Amino acid sequence: MTEIKLVPQNPANGPIAAAVLACGIGCFLLGVLAVAADGSKSLAAALNFYHPTGPLSGVTSVAIALWLICWTVLAARWRNKTLAFARVSAFAFLFLALGLLLTFPPFGDLFLGR
Amino acid sequence: MEVTQRELVTMIHGMLFGGFFLLALFGALVLLLDRFNPDRSNSDRIAVGISPAQPAPRWQTLYLIAMVAAGWAAVLSGATIVYPWYRAVAPAGADLALYPQRLLMSHPTTAGWHNFGMEWKEHVAWIAPMAGTMVAWVLLKHRAAWNAHRAVRTTVLGFAAVAFLAAMIAGGWGAMINKKAPVQGGQSYQLMGSTK
Repeated sequence: MTEIKLVPQNPANGPIAAAVLACGIGCFLLGVLAVAADGSKSLAAALNFYHPTGPLSGVTSVAIALWLICWTVLAARWRNKTLAFARVSAFAFLFLALGLLLTFPPFGDLFLGR
Repeated sequence: MEVTQRELVTMIHGMLFGGFFLLALFGALVLLLDRFNPDRSNSDRIAVGISPAQPAPRWQTLYLIAMVAAGWAAVLSGATIVYPWYRAVAPAGADLALYPQRLLMSHPTTAGWHNFGMEWKEHVAWIAPMAGTMVAWVLLKHRAAWNAHRAVRTTVLGFAAVAFLAAMIAGGWGAMINKKAPVQGGQSYQLMGSTK
């Protein structure tokens, strides 16, 4: 039998806001790092964590690490808070959209002036 | 009927992990849409200021965990195993059929498959498991808040849709690029005896 717990009607949305915003920021940082590594040979060399994969290994590892750090920090700060979720969500979607755009090669090339 | 080691691993990466992740994400989208308007049968509880926090059924928990695991398995196996075979540098005079990136780049009419397709796929793919993980985590850990706030449900649904879109782009380009310049080589395995 499924257990049903009764909780306050408006439980804190802080932890969800933290997860959503951190995800948006993580995707944005992935796009930024992808474009930056494409435009800078020294950064690409620094991000070459695993030689067979090349700079992609560093771009994705750093983006994932930053995403998880961001999530952890925001979750700790907003643990018991109820925030204006629509505002947080708008920023999260903005970051997500920018991240998606930056992974699109023609946009990245435009950004790098190619 | 035989398959090479690299072909087999590429199939596991794309068709098993990637394919299951894409299908599971679509299922999660259907689940989210189905639950978009939470059950109002507990209106008496809502009226007194409390709402039901029904935990996710066990099958949903397993389903969402399997979805996230498949997503990460797809990007990690792709980036650390298949991609190095794809981008390997061909020695002078080598048969380019074993070096897909070099094969594509060797001709202006096929270079776009790498310069546009692979360049997009190798980055956008990571957005899918990141967003998928967040969606699964909210559904499993914060179902009460998800039930209580329409804005939360809308946002989670939006991220799930973007995860699906990113997975579709990555999977679609992967399949097309592998048709144009397949990753192949390594030891051969006999899957089935010859019919002759």
